[in-house]
Amino acid sequence: MRRLIPASFIPLPTNPAVAQRTSRIELPWNRHGVDPYGIDQRELARLYTLLGFFYHRYFDVKVYGTENIPPRGRAMLVGNHSGGWALDAVMVIASLFFERDPPRLGQGMAEKFIQRMPFLAWFTSLIGQFLGIPENAVRLLEDERLLLVFPEGARGTAKLYRDRDSLVGFGTGFVRLALQTKSPIVPFAFVGGGEAIPTVANLYGLGRFFGVPYIPVTPWGAAIPLPVTLQILYGAPIILEGSPDDTDDVIVGHVERVKRRIAALIVQAREVRDGKRRESDLELG
Amino acid sequence: MKVVVTGIAGALGREVASRLVGKGHEVIGIDVRPWYHPPDGVRVVQADIRKRPAEDVFRTMRPDAMVHMATVTHLTHRSKDRFRINLGGTQAVFDHCHAYGVKAAVFVGRHTYYGAGPDSALCHTEAEPPMAVHTFPELSDLVAADLYAGSALWRYPAIDTSVLRLCYTLGPLRQGTLAAFLRGPRVPTILGFDPLFHFIHEYDAADSIVCALESRLRGVYNVSGPPPMPLSVIVREAGRTAVPLPEMLLRPLLGRFGLPKLPPGALEHVKYPIVIDSSAFRKATGFAHRFDEDATIAAFREAQASGAKNVT
Repeated sequence: MRRLIPASFIPLPTNPAVAQRTSRIELPWNRHGVDPYGIDQRELARLYTLLGFFYHRYFDVKVYGTENIPPRGRAMLVGNHSGGWALDAVMVIASLFFERDPPRLGQGMAEKFIQRMPFLAWFTSLIGQFLGIPENAVRLLEDERLLLVFPEGARGTAKLYRDRDSLVGFGTGFVRLALQTKSPIVPFAFVGGGEAIPTVANLYGLGRFFGVPYIPVTPWGAAIPLPVTLQILYGAPIILEGSPDDTDDVIVGHVERVKRRIAALIVQAREVRDGKRRESDLELG
Repeated sequence: MKVVVTGIAGALGREVASRLVGKGHEVIGIDVRPWYHPPDGVRVVQADIRKRPAEDVFRTMRPDAMVHMATVTHLTHRSKDRFRINLGGTQAVFDHCHAYGVKAAVFVGRHTYYGAGPDSALCHTEAEPPMAVHTFPELSDLVAADLYAGSALWRYPAIDTSVLRLCYTLGPLRQGTLAAFLRGPRVPTILGFDPLFHFIHEYDAADSIVCALESRLRGVYNVSGPPPMPLSVIVREAGRTAVPLPEMLLRPLLGRFGLPKLPPGALEHVKYPIVIDSSAFRKATGFAHRFDEDATIAAFREAQASGAKNVT
């Protein structure tokens, strides 16, 4: 019987070149093309084929500073949310695949509600997007994986259009995680998600009905993104010194340092967008 | 070494007994079920572990070690007595071990201790508390037995006690929770979910128990074999057909039309994975599994096919 895989419901093609590239992701694949956590190579190839269309054709994605992404070994990509849903995470995952050689799998830390949704829970685990709890994060980093962290959490995706380039409060867990696992933090900025999905309102009541935190509404109703320019800026890795058991005020100091780096990257992206700064003048260090 | 094995008449119990005899140990089995022709070197006392004849085994034969496998699940035992067998039985045998000078004890528990749910971790380590108690109340007696056996480490420090949390077993013996789930030609799964299942070949499971006993292991250890596989792949490789049904439809259908009768909590185990980290056990004992995931499923499938032929 054919496997009822989520993506298979829509008969999506797999681009052979993308499939070949997928097989070069450095993960401990078994002979079924599955890693110890159940990440499925075929499913990834199908996903990247689909993402490739959006990454290369639909959106105009401009990526800077990919050399700041470690080619292998543990690292945490820490950035801002931009857009009514996790379009930022999707495009960062695509850039890690298409811009790096060998390609890397970015593993996000998914919201709890996803695990309860049929098909979504299944699909996200096949492509390595696991539940965002500290135990999982520690395990993946100790396994030398590349983790995607949005310290703003769901409050970040709930930003309205007028707040699109602002940062809401950062959680502190990611800093303790970096200190505990001695992982470098690669700060990144994502700009343009607010233009792609200009949220005018979030329907929290309706969201509860469907078991999601909220449903974003755009001037045209559904949160279908516009084909606009998206920018991703990867800054130089930050290696934090200290203990995960430091007091909160020490930890908050580290959080502020990372947050300032991300804010500075957002400003630069904005300036390039508005023609006030040349791409060659970007300061990512 | 003189070893008492409780629950010896079960498929895994017999494997453990044969291995112990093969290594030159003397085996005394206790089970309410009969084992008619045990191999040489194995004596079987047909008794309930909570009753007098079982205590007499400890008193008169003075064993050096015990392997406690006489626990039952909701799948094999439906009576209200289950709680008393699992918890009362465990209490009784550990008390006997203390009273009659047993030096090493192995409790064979299950990895379902950790429970399955949308918020559980990718991979469980021994330090985690049991989640099964609230996701699957029918497992609470096994969880309690596991914790109770672990308490022997501080109550009876003279006994080297190890608690093994063994993942599902699969293989030619066709016994156990996962084998029972895969027994029919059609296996119900939940539409939109495909959890990883962690399993170990039955022979490897028996080896791990013997290994724990001979290493005089102390503490609580997860025991698993090859890396886990998605349920859909296990079903397919076992020559079965998965029947994915929406959860809303599956709940009322359970126990009808040839579908297994499962408590509602069991459905969480078909939706979410329980994967365990057994690196501590491997490091402490040097244990390595012999059968990979493909060989394990193939052994089950072949045994199932020939078993079916024998019936007809």
